[in-house]
Amino acid sequence: MRVPVSWLRQYVDLPEGLSTVDLAARLTAFDLKLEEIATSGISGPLTVGRVLALVKEEQKNGKTINWCRVDVGADHNDPSVPDAPGEDVPSRGIICGAHNFVEGDLVVVSLPGTVLPSLAKFIPGGVISARKTYGHVSDGMICSTSELGLPGDASGIVVLDADSAEPGDDAIALLGLGEEVLDLEVNPDRAYALSMRGVARDAAIVFGVQFNDPADIVVETSGDAYPVRVDDTAACPVFTMREVTGFDPTRPTPAWMANRLELAGMRSISLAVDVSNYVMLELGQPNHAYDRAKLRGDIVVRRAHEGESITTLDDVVRSLDASDLLIADDGGPIGIAGVMGAAHVEIDATTTDIVIEAAYFDPPTIFRSARRHRLTSEAGKRNERGIDTTLQGCAATRVATLLAELGGGTVSPGLTSVGQATPPAQIVAAADLPARITGVEIDADTAVAALEANGCEVAIDGDELIVTPPPWRPDLTDPYDIVEEVLRVVGYDQVPSIVPTAAAGRGLTASQKLRRRAGLVLAGAGLIEVKTFPFAGPADWDRLGLDADDVRRRQVLLENPLSAEEPGMTTTLLTGLLRSLVLNVGRGHSAVHITETGRVFLPQDGAAEAPIYGVDRRPSAEELAAFEASLPHQPHHVGLVMSGERIRSGWAGPGREVSWADAIAIVRQLAEAMFVEVEVRQAQVAPWHPGRCAEIVLNETVIGHAGELHPRVLKAYGLAPRVVAAEVDLDARIAASPEVGPRPHFSTFPVAKEDLALVVDTAVVAGEVESALAGASPLIESVRLFDVYVGGQVPEGKKSLAFALRLRAPDRTLTEDDIRAAREAAVAAASTATGATLRT
Amino acid sequence: MSAPNSSYDPVEVTPLRSDEIERMRDEALAAIAAAVTLDDLAKVRIDHVGDRSPIALANREIGALQPQARKEAGQRVGQARGAINQALAAKTAEVEAAEEEKALVTEAVDVTLPWDVMPTGARHPVTTLSEHIADIFVAMGWEIAEGPEVEAEWLNFDALNLGPDHPARTMQDTFWVTPERAAMVLRTHTSPVQARTMLTRTPPIYIACPGRVFRTDELDATHSPVFHQVEGLAIDEGLSMAHLKGTLDHFAKAIYGDGMTTRFRPSYFPFTEPSAEMDLLCYVCHNEPDAVADCRTCRGEGWVEWGGCGVVNPRVLIACGIDPDRYSGFAFGIGIDRTITSRYDIADLRDLFDGDIRFTEPFGVEL
Repeated sequence: MRVPVSWLRQYVDLPEGLSTVDLAARLTAFDLKLEEIATSGISGPLTVGRVLALVKEEQKNGKTINWCRVDVGADHNDPSVPDAPGEDVPSRGIICGAHNFVEGDLVVVSLPGTVLPSLAKFIPGGVISARKTYGHVSDGMICSTSELGLPGDASGIVVLDADSAEPGDDAIALLGLGEEVLDLEVNPDRAYALSMRGVARDAAIVFGVQFNDPADIVVETSGDAYPVRVDDTAACPVFTMREVTGFDPTRPTPAWMANRLELAGMRSISLAVDVSNYVMLELGQPNHAYDRAKLRGDIVVRRAHEGESITTLDDVVRSLDASDLLIADDGGPIGIAGVMGAAHVEIDATTTDIVIEAAYFDPPTIFRSARRHRLTSEAGKRNERGIDTTLQGCAATRVATLLAELGGGTVSPGLTSVGQATPPAQIVAAADLPARITGVEIDADTAVAALEANGCEVAIDGDELIVTPPPWRPDLTDPYDIVEEVLRVVGYDQVPSIVPTAAAGRGLTASQKLRRRAGLVLAGAGLIEVKTFPFAGPADWDRLGLDADDVRRRQVLLENPLSAEEPGMTTTLLTGLLRSLVLNVGRGHSAVHITETGRVFLPQDGAAEAPIYGVDRRPSAEELAAFEASLPHQPHHVGLVMSGERIRSGWAGPGREVSWADAIAIVRQLAEAMFVEVEVRQAQVAPWHPGRCAEIVLNETVIGHAGELHPRVLKAYGLAPRVVAAEVDLDARIAASPEVGPRPHFSTFPVAKEDLALVVDTAVVAGEVESALAGASPLIESVRLFDVYVGGQVPEGKKSLAFALRLRAPDRTLTEDDIRAAREAAVAAASTATGATLRT
Repeated sequence: MSAPNSSYDPVEVTPLRSDEIERMRDEALAAIAAAVTLDDLAKVRIDHVGDRSPIALANREIGALQPQARKEAGQRVGQARGAINQALAAKTAEVEAAEEEKALVTEAVDVTLPWDVMPTGARHPVTTLSEHIADIFVAMGWEIAEGPEVEAEWLNFDALNLGPDHPARTMQDTFWVTPERAAMVLRTHTSPVQARTMLTRTPPIYIACPGRVFRTDELDATHSPVFHQVEGLAIDEGLSMAHLKGTLDHFAKAIYGDGMTTRFRPSYFPFTEPSAEMDLLCYVCHNEPDAVADCRTCRGEGWVEWGGCGVVNPRVLIACGIDPDRYSGFAFGIGIDRTITSRYDIADLRDLFDGDIRFTEPFGVEL
């Protein structure tokens, strides 16, 4: 809401000498938050001047300029400029390129030192100075409307009405260019403050001064005006109309009104439209003016019929919904109630008889229509938030009176008024509620005074306050609303500071602690955490090479995604990580090792719509469970992507590029840190390289994959080969993580070390051999693969895997027989599981 | 030692003559003195102290002496051997020290050579600041609550006094899940976590909810469709706005240091009544009279906007099954991303989310 300070002062006796900054600060503390104080920014000696003499001089470039002598008043005239025409009279010499003025005209002169923000793009700071041009010293500038930021024709200079001012007068004051405008942010509960009337009333409370209500006008009527029938009184409790006849459509809007509208952020259009807008800004009551000659029969307020449409004032054809509330006549809809009128009944340059509507509509009905038609209007903004329910007749009369006064017409005596709004409901609040809820010592008398200042009627009944809100405060419905009204009068700065004593807490949950641990493990492994957006779409699935029936293509879609490329939520962290990798590579980073921990979104099969319950009670346990049944599964995943050197080459020796094994190693490291045992198995899953992909198995469930990415996928992303990646379900690991980690039980008896070289088919994976060995005997403490050999020493199609076994017993030193038996058991187990034979 | 000699030879045994012993000792000492390396000393040890050394051989002859001469000869040999061993040990220590010295010199390296062969990891400041904030509240006895990001419309809006026609719903431009009748949204705030907690627990409740939230803002230098916030909720008997102020003041001190404080300005949120915007004392100029005018962080205001807060609207308590006549509470929320951009003077919010590794790297693993 833009509030010109001079307009505000018309309705409230603000203290003399109150600065606009202080006014704004006090209003901000009263819940009318200042966004900014807007001014024209014009300052300095902007002066009225009379053109005494004017000599036209043709220039070489073909332009003609005017070499003028201008009388700018005794304080500003400079008699020392000798060569200008009429030099004998005290004046200034000024060059001007415009031609819409003659000798004797009153103009606006910006003397050196004047600041014109509109010129800041051309001269430093927009500061006018004397300068030499076209062979003369121009000692100032004659100003155009656009240079002064004024509305109107921008092509010529401003010529003031003769005798409207004297040379030397301050043109800033004369043209209202010094006006300061408060741009206030009005919260949705304070719709009354979308008017001068509302802001002025609050300002009067703040400063404890007189409020002069602009709605305090005499409404004289006799009989009805234009006939009206309201079919839906619930949606339209109050509907009023007045009429003006004999209006002169050629009359211009007076400058003071046009100026106020402009300052308030509305364009001046025509007198009839301007008056309507002016009264809306003044009183907060939206209203609409119809050309009486274009109306057909009685006006009806009704819901739309199936298939009806309307062309609104913004020239958009809108098909109407059966729940839209309409203003209609015999010819059909003439407006979407409270939102926007129809084009065909609009006031135009020939309108002489005007019908004015001012109504009170049910706010939710207006809100739904405005949202349905994506229509925002100044009227709709007020109607959907809730206006004063008693001001309709007054506002219609005010519009009619102004139209008649300024447009030369006559107000018809009749006022049509249908219906009456329900008076605001009483609120019963404990008298000590404001003190209890705010923590400020507020007694009942203070509360009553604060509420009465806001227009409430208050009665005290024992320990209770019985509050009747004023008709312009539909937001006051609950006892806590009363508390806020009282507190804003008492002052939010009065609230003391007391640290509450919380109940004994249980600290972080196991899941929270484990996620932190995972984060530290990943950072320890040299990975840099990134945060990417979880949006993705078919183009991502295609790049990742997912099959048409891959479950990861099933995503949670959005009604209003920001980009058509990414119509929904991602099902894998790799989409964001690969985007980030591409960005990093593009920015010249060669080694990029990044990770992200976040949710992925997996729709549940056959999930129902999420329920909507009432808000008058807690939904039952079954009702609450319905939320979980419908929401997508949203597990936390950990993803990582690595490219470039894993170990950097340098003076100490050659480095090493990332390998599929790094991805798997980090996944194993994470598992170890969480005390869960995962199994790594060979797999073939997009987007991984079919021969370099591992599935990560936890309790016989696949919880993720790791390895090198498919070269085709990298090509699709424009990446060079050899990028490795992993993604695992972190929540599954967290769920499996034991409350107590493995205990440090170990034997102090000596270890026996045995090496085994086993020959297997090349297709056999080492992990399988290793798990066979590990389970072969209770004496086997650990198994570690230390060599893989393929070549002449083993048959074609075979490879040799060399394992180091550590054997130990918990209760004794192992004998030669123990060791031999364990070794033989290991070979036998590997042989049974994988066909391994001892290499000879 | 040789067996006692019963039929001793009265003749003097030459090697045991005192001049002979002295000669052996002097030769040994000279050899020790001449030794330069540990190898030299090893040879000296064999030649002059070993089993075949002259003095060892001389020692064996003691048995050949007549008993009364044995003691004297034994002492003579023992003293000589003692002197030799002592000199040998001293020289060995000396040579060892010198050799170690030499080795250390040859092993010297250029310690300024870079050792950056292993990549250094780092955690995103959104993560570490969220954890830091969680720690502050956990230290106050609060707990950390979480919830889903695709959320039921009822939990994101209705339960929080944002009914279907509430104008505030247009204030929060919401991502809706397809189809609209599915009644699911990308949560626009972490407040549904508060609703979930109230729905499933009985007061007293003291929780903080950090998390990722969504609004349909186009990405630019100061807006992001995906951002992070932390909200707090306390429900107990006898809680007032004074406790809210106390909590926020403590929170401000814990993050920005002693002397920090907050102030309230009236505002509007459907889920709180009364509602307030909270400003934080400018953490750069502290609103000090001589610094505030030129302060770029608060632009001369002395205060910076920090978030929203208020007393939980009883309508929210009712929808969540908490008796508003018995319990009251307060809630607040701040932006995590904004806290990071302002504290670290980051001009462009996009830097947090495009994944350039140079953004995260300097933050290390803890804030």
